[in-house]
Amino acid sequence: MLTDITLGQYFPGKSLIHQLDPRAKIICVFLFIASIFIGESYASYALMAGFVALVLALSSIPPAMIAKSLKPLWIIILLTVGIHVFTTPGRVVYEFGFLSVTEEGLRQGFLMSTRLVLLIVVSSLLTYTTSPIALTDAIERLLKPFEKVGLPAHELAMMMTIALRFIPTLLEETDRIMKAQMARGADFASGNILRRAQSMIPLLVPLFISAFRRADELAIAMEARCYRGGENRTRMKELQHTGRDWAAYGFMLVFILILVYLKFTAGKL
Amino acid sequence: MSISLKNVTYTYMPKTPFEKTAIDTINLEIQRGEFVAIIGHTGSGKSTLVQHLNGILKPTQGTVTVDGVDLHDKKAAAKAARSKVGMVFQYPEHQLFEETIYADIAFGPKNLGLTEDEIDQRVKRAMNFVGLDFDQYAQRSPFQLSGGQMRRVAIAGVIALEPEYLILDEPSAGLDPRGRDEIFQEIVQLYQSSGITVILVSHNMEDVAKMATRLIVMNGGKVSLDGSPLEVFREPEKLKTAGVDVPPVTALLRLLKLRGLPIDDSLLTIDEAVATITTALGERKEC
Repeated sequence: MLTDITLGQYFPGKSLIHQLDPRAKIICVFLFIASIFIGESYASYALMAGFVALVLALSSIPPAMIAKSLKPLWIIILLTVGIHVFTTPGRVVYEFGFLSVTEEGLRQGFLMSTRLVLLIVVSSLLTYTTSPIALTDAIERLLKPFEKVGLPAHELAMMMTIALRFIPTLLEETDRIMKAQMARGADFASGNILRRAQSMIPLLVPLFISAFRRADELAIAMEARCYRGGENRTRMKELQHTGRDWAAYGFMLVFILILVYLKFTAGKL
Repeated sequence: MSISLKNVTYTYMPKTPFEKTAIDTINLEIQRGEFVAIIGHTGSGKSTLVQHLNGILKPTQGTVTVDGVDLHDKKAAAKAARSKVGMVFQYPEHQLFEETIYADIAFGPKNLGLTEDEIDQRVKRAMNFVGLDFDQYAQRSPFQLSGGQMRRVAIAGVIALEPEYLILDEPSAGLDPRGRDEIFQEIVQLYQSSGITVILVSHNMEDVAKMATRLIVMNGGKVSLDGSPLEVFREPEKLKTAGVDVPPVTALLRLLKLRGLPIDDSLLTIDEAVATITTALGERKEC
């Protein structure tokens, strides 16, 4: 039931993308997301789509998994297309009632939705190919320079690690309590909104109790091991940039340069 | 009248790298009135197996029928069949949520749509079965109780549904020896007084050998042994590969017999064992 949800989403593998340093992956994803907004022409969008397709192929994540990550957002995508198609002023192509479809609207709608899809695909590629632990590790390292101005990088990363660690546990717990209450005749799926909200009580109360209990136990366990934050802590696996990662940065740079070039020369195709 | 499983296979998270077949082509028939103990090592598939018996998990392949009705038909009959099977999960005290013990036990019967009177009677009966005094406990909060008492409240919550088949998944996990003995005693009493069919999941042979009329040993998602406790204990090799032990009493008797003491090694309780050993020793003194 609930445990079938792929939250945290990590999809283990040994591809080139999996082996990249998580810091390199995070930086590249941010660069890509920023560069999406440089593109304005069909040519640049084709380039971006090609880039994403290449990374996807390299990551050997089954496309069905990617489609799964798009699924919950298709309504937003559709809405974006709709709004752009109907509200952009320009040359009218088709009209029904007070709604009119313009050529510019169609173009905008298409490009914006592509933008969204690319955004989602790239960021889900990051979470599919990087284990949550590697991800928080990388974030901690990336935030480290800001510790000088008072940002508690280690504490933030620790909080994230703990939160991520407990997502599957709490899901499992939810699943178990749900089954137990269903075995006592609870019905979570029918009735109007009010009834359904009410039917969540037998699920939520035990869930909160167990979450607090677990938090308490974890705090005690950490204190018992003399945990006291990040200062002078060493780690088992130090993150290390290798040739692969520098190649990835280089590749990203070339990609952005081409996008910028397209923006200023090709103009709007 | 029975629960019957035909070629039941269940796979967790199919078509992902996390895919795992928990139980594999299981064929079983559990008759009404039996006291079945399902035993196996951690990960042998016993919990997955019992979750099929009341339709919580839908088999990836195969069918589960209760009294002849397929649990996954889309008919009212299937729902009724599912409600014949009560299920007590591992650590059932984690499912308590109401403000009073009474309200928590009444949750199940209320969902059945019974009248207030009937609910009241069922709560009283259920509390009686698990040895909680109604007047003393009914209006208290379940969260003020000890672990063992909370577990009894949770078990009462399932008993109040008055199922014809009662499944208990590791009902003694995490209890001290006394709490464990009490819970088992209550289960045996319930079994003997109400004629309910009990299916008990455990990884500890000693706990269940004395009570069960039938033992099913699971190993690697398959049934490796199935029979009366004595029949099962005659297969020490298979028990060993399944990772479960013969109860210490039986192991001791077997060892003594091997060393030449003329005793019956098919006994299960300590009292019987003491009796047979003393007679055997007495006979030897005489000669």
